[in-house]
Amino acid sequence: MKKLLTLALGLSLASASAAPVTLTYWQYEYASKVSAMNDLIKKFEAANPDIKIKQETFPYDAYSQKVASSVPAGQGPDVVNLYYGWLPQYVDAGYLQPLPTKDFPTATIDSTYAPMVKTSKMNGKYYALPTAVRTLAIFYNKDLFKQAGIAQPPKTWEELIADGQKIVKGTPPRYTTLGFGIQPDGQDYHVLREVLVRQFGGQPYSKDGKTATYDSAAGAKAMTFYTDLQTKYKLGVPNFFPGNNSYRDAFIAGKVGMIIDGSFAINTIKDGAKFDWGVTTLPVLASNPNEKDNFGSYWVNGITKNAKGDKLDASVKFLKFLTSAETQRYWLENVGEIPASRSLAADPGLLKDPVYGPFIASLPYASSTVFVDEAGQRKAWVDAINTVLLKGAKPADAVKQAAADEQKILNSYYK
Amino acid sequence: MTVTAPPKARRGGSMRRHQTRTAYTFLLVPLIFYLIVRFLPTLSALRLSLFDWNILKDTQPFVGTENYQRLFADEKFGQALRNTALYTVIGVPAQIALGLIVALLLNKIIALRGLFRALYFAPYVTPIVAAAWVWQWLFSPQFGPVNTFLIWLHITPQNFLNSPDQALATTAALVVWQNLGFQIVLFLAGLSAIPRSYYEAAEIDGANGTQAFWKITWPLLNPTIVFSVVTGTISYLQLFTQVVNLNFTDQGGPLGSTMTVALYIYQIAFGRFQMGYASAITVVLFLIILAITLFQLRFLTRRYDL
Repeated sequence: MKKLLTLALGLSLASASAAPVTLTYWQYEYASKVSAMNDLIKKFEAANPDIKIKQETFPYDAYSQKVASSVPAGQGPDVVNLYYGWLPQYVDAGYLQPLPTKDFPTATIDSTYAPMVKTSKMNGKYYALPTAVRTLAIFYNKDLFKQAGIAQPPKTWEELIADGQKIVKGTPPRYTTLGFGIQPDGQDYHVLREVLVRQFGGQPYSKDGKTATYDSAAGAKAMTFYTDLQTKYKLGVPNFFPGNNSYRDAFIAGKVGMIIDGSFAINTIKDGAKFDWGVTTLPVLASNPNEKDNFGSYWVNGITKNAKGDKLDASVKFLKFLTSAETQRYWLENVGEIPASRSLAADPGLLKDPVYGPFIASLPYASSTVFVDEAGQRKAWVDAINTVLLKGAKPADAVKQAAADEQKILNSYYK
Repeated sequence: MTVTAPPKARRGGSMRRHQTRTAYTFLLVPLIFYLIVRFLPTLSALRLSLFDWNILKDTQPFVGTENYQRLFADEKFGQALRNTALYTVIGVPAQIALGLIVALLLNKIIALRGLFRALYFAPYVTPIVAAAWVWQWLFSPQFGPVNTFLIWLHITPQNFLNSPDQALATTAALVVWQNLGFQIVLFLAGLSAIPRSYYEAAEIDGANGTQAFWKITWPLLNPTIVFSVVTGTISYLQLFTQVVNLNFTDQGGPLGSTMTVALYIYQIAFGRFQMGYASAITVVLFLIILAITLFQLRFLTRRYDL
């Protein structure tokens, strides 16, 4: 009996001394991301038996609220997944710790990560890092292209218009097939801001990101060009299919010739589309063919102020694991997002991939907008586009209004 | 019960007192709940509205009435307020008129009465999200059967939810359709409470159907109508879920044309984390609802003598 007791005592002591540090990890609910993360956590725990990771997920629509409301309460995760556009707000709130430079040297990050990742550097410090990045490209329906007698996907915007006009069927507002799945509140407003404004010779923002500079001739031309896709060239209408992913759902249903969407949509389209489809890079203007642009975005993992002492050490280990080459490759294969590291993304096999290739080719010239109030800045643009499409406002006036609205938001942040 | 009867008056008094005490005890529990869950947060919203209270800021400085000043200069708030008023002015009379008509008809039929009542009540118990989804397809400019019907009538197809001029009315129609079931049940209950003998007496006196309606049905339904107006108005002033789900990617759009005050509060508070400003709007909405409700109760409630 005594022996048994000693044994039990010994056992419990042993387990107590090896008591693992438990970290909480938060991300939003997205099936392939959650299951990939579960696998990665298992792998990480096997390599680090003294660390346990608890993954908690929340619906996408409620995620930013959930994170934000955990901040003043001093609760929430140790390691958190955030949209890069939310970083300034969270860094300002003191929610994230700067990454320790001995584990994540700034110069190394600068030189090894995709250029767009620099958006996450604030006051010379990195506060979070991505595993993967995303860019935009054109998804096109090869069957509809063939029916319309088009051999090649468009390389220029002019070709996109010509192709779209051959594919579109019906007249507004009773289209049956769209040439181009226009959707301002999808990815299009990013295209307009970060791609078209630059291609027409403008700059959307000042270098420091504190001033909206698209209220210019280039901005007005870009707005005119984009809205003309609907009003003048009649390639399509927004909200063709009702619902949250209107343009993508309609594309998957085989009712749209082309859409602009992110690499995050690859798996959804792969699973849904029952026809032959392809991917090609965003078009350029025939008059300015060397100005290639793209909008890049990414989700980062950061360490919150909740992680201290042992937990901080464990969080650093976990973050290193999440940004390792091995994890990035795993993420590509299982989630379908492009590796954030330049060398991995430069893999020749990957560049030749018909689906991933165009997204990866866009990495060097992809810019990421510095958001300080993503919801507010998005609204300014969506409303500006809609005043032209729905109210017939002059594109130049709409751009002026958007710039004024967005500047107000930027000023209240940088004051 | 073999207790000897004490003097009648005293027994009644102590019994009543005892019952009253029991009633108060039972009422106290929900009251405490109400105080903690409803009343205290309301007061704290009042306090919050005087601060620049951003959830993601270290400091939450006191700004006095600055949030209220911003409110009066905020065009989007003005638009939300006008929209909310429009929803109420369209929705409340529409659902009361339709509810009363359907209830009167349902009251007349005997065959399949239960089936008809169930059918009319069904929208009320349909999940709002599902109903909003169906509504979007029904009114889809491209594929919707409503436009197909209009084309068949040689009328130009409309943009409905995609048009800043029509989106509000289309949204209001969904809310009316959903609330109708409940409204009908209210009126059926009100109608069944009117004694049949009144109608028989009226008939003997030679009154026709219209006279019977305006002299008997309408006055005796007054409490039901007042109740419907008051609760209906409050629910329209707080309209939220239908609006969010009818245009999920541009909530309150297009161009803010379907935006309600409640949705605007939500966006400011939980999309942009400006709790102080959102609280100021909440306080204003609260005052508006309070004023309208008091006004309605004061002027709509009438006693009718038959």
